[in-house]
Amino acid sequence: MNDFGPILILMAVSGLICTVMVVGSWVLGPKKLTPYKSSPYECGVAPSGEANERFPIKFYLVAILFVLFDIEVVFLWSWLTVFQSAPLDYQIFTGLAMLVYFAFWILGDWYVLKIGALDWDEAASLAPEKYIDSSLPAFDPSTSLTPERVAVNS
Amino acid sequence: MVYDWLKGLQDGAINPLGISGPFLLALLKVLLLIIPILTLVPGLIWWERRLLSWMQDRIGPNRTGTITFPDNFPLKALAGKKIRTFGLLQPIADGLKLFLKEDITPSHVDRKIYFIAPAIALFPAFALGGTLPWGPHTGIYGLLTPVANIEIGILYVLAISSLGAYGVVLAGYASNNKYSLMGGLRASAQLISYELGMAMAVAAVVMAAGSMKLTSLVEAQEAPLWGFVEGVQNWFIFTPYGLVAAVVFLIAMIAETNRAPFDLPEAENELIAGYHTEYSSMKFAVFFMGEYAAMFVFSGVFAVLFLGGYNMMPFQWDVLANQIPAMRGFFEFMASANYWLAPLTFIVKCAAGITFFIWLRATLPRLRYDQLMNLGWKTLLPVGVANFIVVGLWVVLTKIWGPVGGFVSLLVAMVFLAVLYLNFVSRTRAEAIGLQSRKIALVDPAPSQRRGITLVDPNKS
Repeated sequence: MNDFGPILILMAVSGLICTVMVVGSWVLGPKKLTPYKSSPYECGVAPSGEANERFPIKFYLVAILFVLFDIEVVFLWSWLTVFQSAPLDYQIFTGLAMLVYFAFWILGDWYVLKIGALDWDEAASLAPEKYIDSSLPAFDPSTSLTPERVAVNS
Repeated sequence: MVYDWLKGLQDGAINPLGISGPFLLALLKVLLLIIPILTLVPGLIWWERRLLSWMQDRIGPNRTGTITFPDNFPLKALAGKKIRTFGLLQPIADGLKLFLKEDITPSHVDRKIYFIAPAIALFPAFALGGTLPWGPHTGIYGLLTPVANIEIGILYVLAISSLGAYGVVLAGYASNNKYSLMGGLRASAQLISYELGMAMAVAAVVMAAGSMKLTSLVEAQEAPLWGFVEGVQNWFIFTPYGLVAAVVFLIAMIAETNRAPFDLPEAENELIAGYHTEYSSMKFAVFFMGEYAAMFVFSGVFAVLFLGGYNMMPFQWDVLANQIPAMRGFFEFMASANYWLAPLTFIVKCAAGITFFIWLRATLPRLRYDQLMNLGWKTLLPVGVANFIVVGLWVVLTKIWGPVGGFVSLLVAMVFLAVLYLNFVSRTRAEAIGLQSRKIALVDPAPSQRRGITLVDPNKS
């Protein structure tokens, strides 16, 4: 049994516990399914429309950026582990090389922030026609957002 | 005697059960890790409910398990008395009740994934502790912990912890419910964003210690403080780079376990319950068990990385015993106490971490989603990277100028970066007054044309 053997046993035991937990209630609990119970929960009213709706592209963008940055971190691991115990000339040489690497890394990060790839506020998620046009008067909540107006509208 | 028996197992001696020795020892190690987690999780739930109640000026669960003996009870000593358990049995009663509740499988779900998802969410919480040393690496504890002392210990922790995202995302997807889907998506984006900050914080510590093995990381913290203060241990939280890494790791750790103030995936005022809206019975509870077990194990990882692992106090007792011979006996007693109480110390450190989690939940309101993403990508990641570069410079300068010179240059670099960062942040904050800074203003039609609340279309006006 090598170093990783106990890890396999740990995974087997935790997998067993997880299975028991999930299957246990399925076996022990009563089963009286009615159409109302088995319908999707949407705040107690009848569900409407498709559940798999469109969602913002931002989530996909974040996933792509994560893959990019995480691979950059992965490249570091092997270097940074041996760095401490390496001789001085190796440390200085690879240190400078890694600073160049980090310069590219920071450049990429700066670019991502610059184009607003990680902005989650209104500017990034609203349709363009829904935000500012400086020729129009700014929104003033004290005059505009009164219950009276909501009533008029409806 | 126990030591000899365990040593025999490790060396492959024949045992009465007829199973191979190393296998039996590995099983023992695994059980010594999993059984404490399984038994402490109910206590942890009780502690959270109780502490939260006290912080909100309530009492919390304190009745379950109270046994009142009648006045005519045969045993005179117990007649008319009460045995209290302070409500400690409440989580166990809740768990039993959940096991016996109906397990509703809604008709529209993706059945296979719907069943597997809770198991995937719970699995990493148990598997995470595989490389975690809860005791010293010598003597009897060395044979019992960690489960596997592998070279890539900390990478294993990072890898397994990111598996947790799958459970949440698959649960959200398989439920086929709008709220679950949104919760799952939010969770996936949040977990992967904070993983980067966490990886950079860990990288800084690994670079300073020069090893990815968790036992070596603890050993590195038993060295003299900052490399030159003899008698005090070099817990990474006492070093400038370690303190920064600890703060980054702590924030990322809270986000990774989906705890308040980062519990957006299950934000109950927006998403009902997020990814576990459609789950009932024990499958619902399994998500919570996973969360609590992950809190427990992540507190342990934090203790190992930054708080000196199983060491009780940040002192090198053997060095102190040589320096101050008059108190040698006391220091030697403390050294042996430090050795034998190591598991207790480790559990106390975990408990402190968990209490911190609960305290945060009682104190901080939930973040908004853009705030969450900004914190992860625009604050934690750059701070982590800067910290990592500073550690690299520190390692080189220590080799050139010795520990004292290295430490002084480290402090100078840290102060310089802090001043730069604070100036930058205060400048951007001064520029950023709410929405206007991002060239956004919610607009309204001219008052004469206005009928109710509508967002204006500038093309028409």
